[in-house]
Amino acid sequence: MSTVRLRGFGHRHAGRRRWAVRGVDLDIDHGERVALLGPSGAGKSTLLAALAGLLPPESGEREGVIEVDGRDPREARDHVGIVFQDPQSQLVMERAGDDVAFGLENRGTPPDRIPELVDAALRRVGFPYGPGRATSALSGGEQQRLAIAGALVTRPGLLLLDEPTANLDPVGAALVREVLGGIEETTQIVVEHRVAELTGMLDRVVVLEPGGGIRADGPPERIFARYGRELAEDGVWVPGLPPSAHPARTGPGEELLRAEALTYAPVLDGLEVTVRAAEALAVVGPNGAGKSTLALLLGGLLAPGGGRVAATPALAGADAGKPPHKWRARALAHRIGSVFQNPEHQFVTPKVRDELTLGAADPARADELLVRLRLDALAEANPHTLSGGERRRLSVATALAAAPRLLVLDEPTFGQDRRTWSELVGLLAALRDDGHGIVAVTHDTDFRAALGARELPLAARESVMSA
Amino acid sequence: MSFSRTAPIADPAAPLARRNPVAKLVAAAVLALALVVSLDPVGPAVALAVELAVVPFFGIRYRALARRTWPMAVSVLGAVVTLLLFAADRQHVVTSALALVLRLYAVALPGVIVFATTDPTDLADALVQNARVSPRFAIGTLAAWRLVPLLGQEWRLIGLARRARGIDAGRNPLARLRLLASASFTLLVGAIRRGTRLASAMDARGFDSGIPRTSARTQRFVGADAALIAAAAGIAAAALTVSVLTGAFSPLFS
Repeated sequence: MSTVRLRGFGHRHAGRRRWAVRGVDLDIDHGERVALLGPSGAGKSTLLAALAGLLPPESGEREGVIEVDGRDPREARDHVGIVFQDPQSQLVMERAGDDVAFGLENRGTPPDRIPELVDAALRRVGFPYGPGRATSALSGGEQQRLAIAGALVTRPGLLLLDEPTANLDPVGAALVREVLGGIEETTQIVVEHRVAELTGMLDRVVVLEPGGGIRADGPPERIFARYGRELAEDGVWVPGLPPSAHPARTGPGEELLRAEALTYAPVLDGLEVTVRAAEALAVVGPNGAGKSTLALLLGGLLAPGGGRVAATPALAGADAGKPPHKWRARALAHRIGSVFQNPEHQFVTPKVRDELTLGAADPARADELLVRLRLDALAEANPHTLSGGERRRLSVATALAAAPRLLVLDEPTFGQDRRTWSELVGLLAALRDDGHGIVAVTHDTDFRAALGARELPLAARESVMSA
Repeated sequence: MSFSRTAPIADPAAPLARRNPVAKLVAAAVLALALVVSLDPVGPAVALAVELAVVPFFGIRYRALARRTWPMAVSVLGAVVTLLLFAADRQHVVTSALALVLRLYAVALPGVIVFATTDPTDLADALVQNARVSPRFAIGTLAAWRLVPLLGQEWRLIGLARRARGIDAGRNPLARLRLLASASFTLLVGAIRRGTRLASAMDARGFDSGIPRTSARTQRFVGADAALIAAAAGIAAAALTVSVLTGAFSPLFS
């Protein structure tokens, strides 16, 4: 087990004017389980990277003291393990056992000891397969379990977790939480938006103040009781404070789009669905059920394998006879807007403002959207340099710029803090009440509840392992 | 997830497929080197005949090999057709085109066999353990290699996202080029992001610790591996000898 000590700690990334984190005094004792909270940009991830010894001197400027077991984190790295958000970019090897062995090899562990240590680490996280299992054949939750095994295999005294469940569906997130709750004899520090689900396993909550220092520190019940409301406003998912609901003001309106006997092998087979104006439709189901594929088909981006997608004259005017995937791109963007799971896929210009004027019917709409989605201060920034929440808001804005009647979104709330989440839900509710159709692929039960969305459940397909 | 044209397709228990990856790589290089020194068709023909004869010992079926090499066949055919169409002296061109085709195949086939019978992890391990290649390079490349299939998916989604944004090139070649450039940039930004994340995840697990690295998997270089290289050298020598004896030998630099 490890202890952590910070005194007036600060770090400023090279080339930035603002300190990412500053003035932090913190002591963490052996075996404590601590959640590190704070609004986006409070420096949580920077602090974790510093503790993991991943900020070399040339990465920026440092002030104050930061110690793990009384040593500089750069020297204590043998005792620290870190798990990141995205399983895809932290697994190194092709086979599960080889991946867990990676950290042991790097530390010069004798080869004859490696297999038993790997087996022990895989058992510790309840890995359900043998060491020969291909890492690419695992679900997101299983991959993240494997990443935790890879961090635990060297028996670190301190385990750092940077949003370990943000990229996972509810089943995968539960798998990861179960593992974290069972880890003994290791100090844990976790950064996570969705802290409500973690409270059972936490000893302590530390809230970072964006301007510097620490705002609150103590047992979770006390912190949430005292600071709950203000934390929620800052974007933290505080337990016991459900987000506000936006039920529809009117009943569903006219029909916009219909799928008939829609088939796309191997995931979709004979699906029927009607999309209406002034209604939110939530496509739900486990990974691999074809939810994203359905979003692409309804978005006019993919040709159906069988059956058809038909637009009504209300949506497509004279073009209604033609299937959406055959429309010209410009016409499509004015009728159906698609928001992809990864916002970066949608960015095509070097400036936030240009992204919006590109498809906009009139430039005034671009300005209106910038203000409405709190992006006006970033109008001149490059889209690729924005934070996660800002990128998400911009990707929704780009789809709205061409004023489509129907909006199709793939996991719009994935990994978002509560503030961005509430803004998105509010915006989508307003669009729905203005007579837009909304289709959202989503695992997020709060999202469905807040919009009072009609659900379209898709069943799992045996042959597909992950989507 | 498949590594498409380079994933192993062989029975891993076949006598020659089991050989050390470094031995296979060196054997292929020896053959290739010997075959590029002459422009005649005889040497490559001999080498190609022997290469094709040993394919079953690598546990590869001829049909699987044909499937893997068809893009090469198409491009070779294209080159030959072009040569024949635009040549003045047809007789001479047929001979040199034939020599070219034989040479391309004789040089490329050993490489195809190596990658068809070698697991990428084993190759990286053998490079580090038997050829003293830096682990930073070999394991780093291996890790990056795992991300390649993701790029294919990304590329498809980026293309669809552009259509969703109302952008298509239609029939305008200039617009098509611009679209390609902007999509490539998005792909590149994503790849660099992911690569950076992977690199720091690897370092967090001690990849840059500076401690001499051990390996969980042992690759051995044994007598049979040396014999494979010797056999490749023998085939190369035989091919060159036949070519000289038949008087067909025509050196690349003369």
